[in-house]
Amino acid sequence: MAEVTLVEAVNLAMARALADDENVVVFGEDVGANGGVFRATEGLQQKFGDERVMDTPLAETVITGMAIGMAAQGLRPVLEIQFMGFIYSAVDQIINHAARLRNRTRGRITVPMVLRAPFGGGIHAPEHHSESTEAMFAHMPGLRVVIPSSPARAYGLLLAAIRDPDPVIFLEPKRIYRMVKQEVPDDGEALPLDVCFQLRDGDDVTLVSWGAMMHETLQAADQLAQQGISCDVIDVATIKPLDMETILKSVAKTGRCVIVHEAARTCGVGAEIAANLAEHGLLNLFAPVQRVTGYDTIMPYFRLENHYMPSTERIIKAVKKTLEAS
Amino acid sequence: MANSKQTPTPVASFEVFYSQVLNPQGELVAPLPYFACDTDELIALYKNMVLTRTFDTKAIALQRTGKMGTYASSLGQEAIAAAIGHAMKAEDVLLPVYREYGAMFQRGVAMHELFLYWGGDERGMCYANQPQDFPIAVPIASQVPHAVGIAYAMKLRKEERVAVVVVGDGATSKGDFYEGINLAGAWNLPVVFITINNYWAISLPREAQTAAETICQKGIAGGVPGEQVDGNDVIGARSRISKAIEKARQGGGPSVIEPITYRMFDHTTADDASRYRDPEEVEKHKQLDPVMRMRKYLESINLWNDQDEQQLNDECSAKIDSEVNIYLDTPPQAPESMFDHLYAELPKAYQAQRDELLNQGGKDNG
Repeated sequence: MAEVTLVEAVNLAMARALADDENVVVFGEDVGANGGVFRATEGLQQKFGDERVMDTPLAETVITGMAIGMAAQGLRPVLEIQFMGFIYSAVDQIINHAARLRNRTRGRITVPMVLRAPFGGGIHAPEHHSESTEAMFAHMPGLRVVIPSSPARAYGLLLAAIRDPDPVIFLEPKRIYRMVKQEVPDDGEALPLDVCFQLRDGDDVTLVSWGAMMHETLQAADQLAQQGISCDVIDVATIKPLDMETILKSVAKTGRCVIVHEAARTCGVGAEIAANLAEHGLLNLFAPVQRVTGYDTIMPYFRLENHYMPSTERIIKAVKKTLEAS
Repeated sequence: MANSKQTPTPVASFEVFYSQVLNPQGELVAPLPYFACDTDELIALYKNMVLTRTFDTKAIALQRTGKMGTYASSLGQEAIAAAIGHAMKAEDVLLPVYREYGAMFQRGVAMHELFLYWGGDERGMCYANQPQDFPIAVPIASQVPHAVGIAYAMKLRKEERVAVVVVGDGATSKGDFYEGINLAGAWNLPVVFITINNYWAISLPREAQTAAETICQKGIAGGVPGEQVDGNDVIGARSRISKAIEKARQGGGPSVIEPITYRMFDHTTADDASRYRDPEEVEKHKQLDPVMRMRKYLESINLWNDQDEQQLNDECSAKIDSEVNIYLDTPPQAPESMFDHLYAELPKAYQAQRDELLNQGGKDNG
């Protein structure tokens, strides 16, 4: 079994979906002949033809809106927005239509589509290429927002997203596209949506994160383990709908929680998790919940981006703060 | 060098055509199109327009008496909707805006469903006898990309079907429209764009909307042929729309049809057009009325008389009264229904909120 990177796992999942279901179509800017700017769709057009893997004109609104029409006709469109920074002109289509058609028509028209977009900073990219604005979509009723953090979860969650009967925003943490390799059996097995994944078991503190930040979060857990502090580590994976049950259960055990995300702090998904902990888990807490996040600034251009991104050190500091509080 | 002169030469050129079959007096000004050999079809077009106008009058009355919410009138635009409804085949897909009631009736949408819609009930978009057509589109132009996607699915599956999408003149200023036109042209998709030019986009007149001489030439910019037709001439409109649809069905690609009409009523019942337009302009357009024009024509060829008119009016009123009763007798949806069509299955995370709503007013509330 070959070891693959996260971006290769994304490619494997799309190839599997295209092979399994003739209704699956994959399209976007530069996804065909070029195989995608990150090579996520490499080889798919050669294998499945240019009627099912299409290069589109440079127009995010129609790429997204077209997927809605396709889905209404029973296709399973998987579209790529080249970078999350270019998603905003498609937001009207996502919010007003993709997320609403099932509800508007009382189930007569449904929109089983997947919008894939690489997101997040840390690759020294040009302007508008490094944002993490997942909370914007997590706020919108009718959507699912899914973020993988490993090759295996990228494969299993993307297959699940493509098979899901409702629209899914699938955000790929591009900083870790090629960071690690992992054995991923191409067995067509999907992973469950709407649930968190428990990555480490510990008793002292719960670390909650998703996407590329799982890497720093796990590093922090490993370093803390050497100091005798054991962490429960949770990969949220589906940030909407949010599986608070798993997080609350963990916090009931540890009594402490540190939430880590790259996105700006205000109204980030971390705020939603913290609010839920306050509503339903406050009496289990030994210390105030800590958030380690990007700042409420514009995502800095790349000379400063490392100052913006939460670091392993900041996570460890936050954990220690929760331990000192009680 | 001193005499050298840069001389641009033409590299592209285009013309935009306008056509009409029936003039405002109900006289033929061009040969009858082939479909018009079928006199039943001519009468059906007329009946559809009268039914729509009667529906429209009733809908406004329901709104004015507090029995329905804000409503968008189709007054003066009945010919275009009748033409679209009759030009399409059942297996095609219609993506309307909100003044194409006649086309929707023709395609199986029930009047009580439209009353329900404007009465604030989502079930008014769950057409019991029309599985595929899109519901009324409020955000302006955003239905254009949907039509392109539907047309792509039809083409991919090699089906002889067509998507017909309607927008107003104002919508053609939006990016969704341009992106959709451009992609449909690039991929030669079976889609027809009907850009209804009714002169007003709420308060903005056609001249202020765009410097383009015609709306339909915006299609030409994307490689999609465009033409104008008299939108108050149901025979001419039916003919040109049919031609575009059948061309698309045969693999001939997309077209833009710009029916020229006039919005006779306020934008919606929540609008007051006297704030921004001259009542004389509205009076002037009454002379161009599509319903009266067709009636005159049918009478002139002895296909219609006063007795037929009386009978049709009675039939329309009876039909609409019974549909109004269905609407008024429909109880509201259960409050928790707002959760029941959010997703195929309500995620566990939102179950508690649904329960909270169910218990609202009970001792558990707050």
